[in-house]
Amino acid sequence: MNHVIIGTGPAGVVAAETLRKRSPDADITLIGGEAERPYSRMAIPYHLIGKVDEGGTHLRTAPDHFDALRIELLQQRVDSIDADGKALALDNGSRLGFDKLLLATGSRPTRPPIPGMDLPGVVNCWTLADTRQIIAGANVGDEVVLMGAGFIGCIILEALALRGVKLTVVEMENRMVPRMMDEKSGGLLKRWCENKGVRVLTSTRVNGVSSDAGKLTVELEGQEPLKVSLVICATGVKANTDLASGVLEINHGILVNERLQTSHPDIYAAGDVAEGKDFSTGGYSVQAIQPTAVEHCALAAINMAGGKDALHRGSINMNVLDTMGLISASFGLWQGVDGGGAATLDAADRYRYINLQFAEDVLVGANTLGMTQHIGVLRGLIQSRTRLGRWKHKLMADPTRVMEAYLAQHIP
Amino acid sequence: MLKSLYINPDKCTGCLQCEMACSYENEGIFNPSRSRIKVFTFHDAGRFVPYTCTQCDDAWCMKACPVEAIVFNAATGSKDVLNDRCVGCKVCTIACPFGTVNYNSASGKVIKCDLCGGNPQCAQACPTGAITYIDADATGLERMRAWADKINTQHAAA
Repeated sequence: MNHVIIGTGPAGVVAAETLRKRSPDADITLIGGEAERPYSRMAIPYHLIGKVDEGGTHLRTAPDHFDALRIELLQQRVDSIDADGKALALDNGSRLGFDKLLLATGSRPTRPPIPGMDLPGVVNCWTLADTRQIIAGANVGDEVVLMGAGFIGCIILEALALRGVKLTVVEMENRMVPRMMDEKSGGLLKRWCENKGVRVLTSTRVNGVSSDAGKLTVELEGQEPLKVSLVICATGVKANTDLASGVLEINHGILVNERLQTSHPDIYAAGDVAEGKDFSTGGYSVQAIQPTAVEHCALAAINMAGGKDALHRGSINMNVLDTMGLISASFGLWQGVDGGGAATLDAADRYRYINLQFAEDVLVGANTLGMTQHIGVLRGLIQSRTRLGRWKHKLMADPTRVMEAYLAQHIP
Repeated sequence: MLKSLYINPDKCTGCLQCEMACSYENEGIFNPSRSRIKVFTFHDAGRFVPYTCTQCDDAWCMKACPVEAIVFNAATGSKDVLNDRCVGCKVCTIACPFGTVNYNSASGKVIKCDLCGGNPQCAQACPTGAITYIDADATGLERMRAWADKINTQHAAA
């Protein structure tokens, strides 16, 4: 059996390792396009502040890790997939055959369609190569604009602030992390950052960027333009579906079934590129988060290796974020459901906020701010669909008691 | 034979000696808020429930870690956080459905129970036998695992 995996992020690497466990004799090839060892983008913000060196971002530390598992690492780009001929065309002109193929090609940052986004000095914070550019260009006293206060923007924000840059954050929506946190908590995050000396402009559009004598001018809607040396664009990401275009069924990502199989039975997809089952909605969505990537790829690998009953029951969308020391988290249907109920703790003066969303007496979603202890139990309560009974009422009175609610229902 | 923590809430008096011992062993200070084991109080039922990581087979925390900072300890069966690898991203704290991996803002890393390397101080300190460290088979471990299976989306048939 010849397994080929495209993508050397967490999904690709864990899939290769899982395949090796299940198929001791198979050929396994792991193809990546970047001139790096497999690494974790999640670790980049921590590399930016020197908490780990570049090696600390690598997905596996032992130098012979992949050799020892007989996983062939190929540093190459893939031009196209010949699904019927079961082969890949590589950008060095060679062909690579496969019996089973896994697309773990991840996602890439997008840039808004405004002038100047291709200027030198406008960078993403996505790859190790981007990181090197930011380390060179964002130092003490440098004027920097961060476009986008989504999850990735907020994670970089902390790193940039710690690097001592003069930072302005520009976000189109009316609050920070609008796709992860509700209005109240997203607003509190903004106030927190402003109190820490970061200028945050919400409901503000960037109209364009221009360059003059090495300085960048960022034109804003309804605000004075900003003169800066670096613009970091974190306005969103998009699934890397190019290879699948015209070959596989695609919506926002590559559509996969409960076996992580695409519309072609020998081609699987996992991680950020896959539009897989969503636990909360029962529908399909691109979640683009680490825990989902790891769930996808392990199941995909088991199915590629001939496993029969390894079905994906759906992943929960969830995130945790540290924005200059204020920790926020979101789980499942934090926006709530029709006819559902909510329990809220709002202690804005202490930057503490909890919003629990219920359908009948089952927790279906949550937002938390300033909470670091036992937050995983929110996932546990959602995923086990625990009927809370009278504990729902106790949570309505005091939403901090989620751990007690879980224990009361699960520890006899 | 692997051993595991066996917690019998009926014997717990809520004295918090376990939290103090855990904090002192792992952090060098007597501070229950730094403890990896936590006693939850149910005033209306007059009940105390000590709770910590069950070292579950699924190891959601370990699998979710993006930098290989949580590893399996073959000697004790525990899943241990490697401090020099942990970047403090907290993904494990939302991945663990039992809520037993927590972020420690003082260190910028996560903390979880590692069974004190095979000599759990909470069990040593417990004066009533509510927390004991015994052969894994005899504990409620199987029951915990059954529950973990019920909600498992990762390796349903692994």
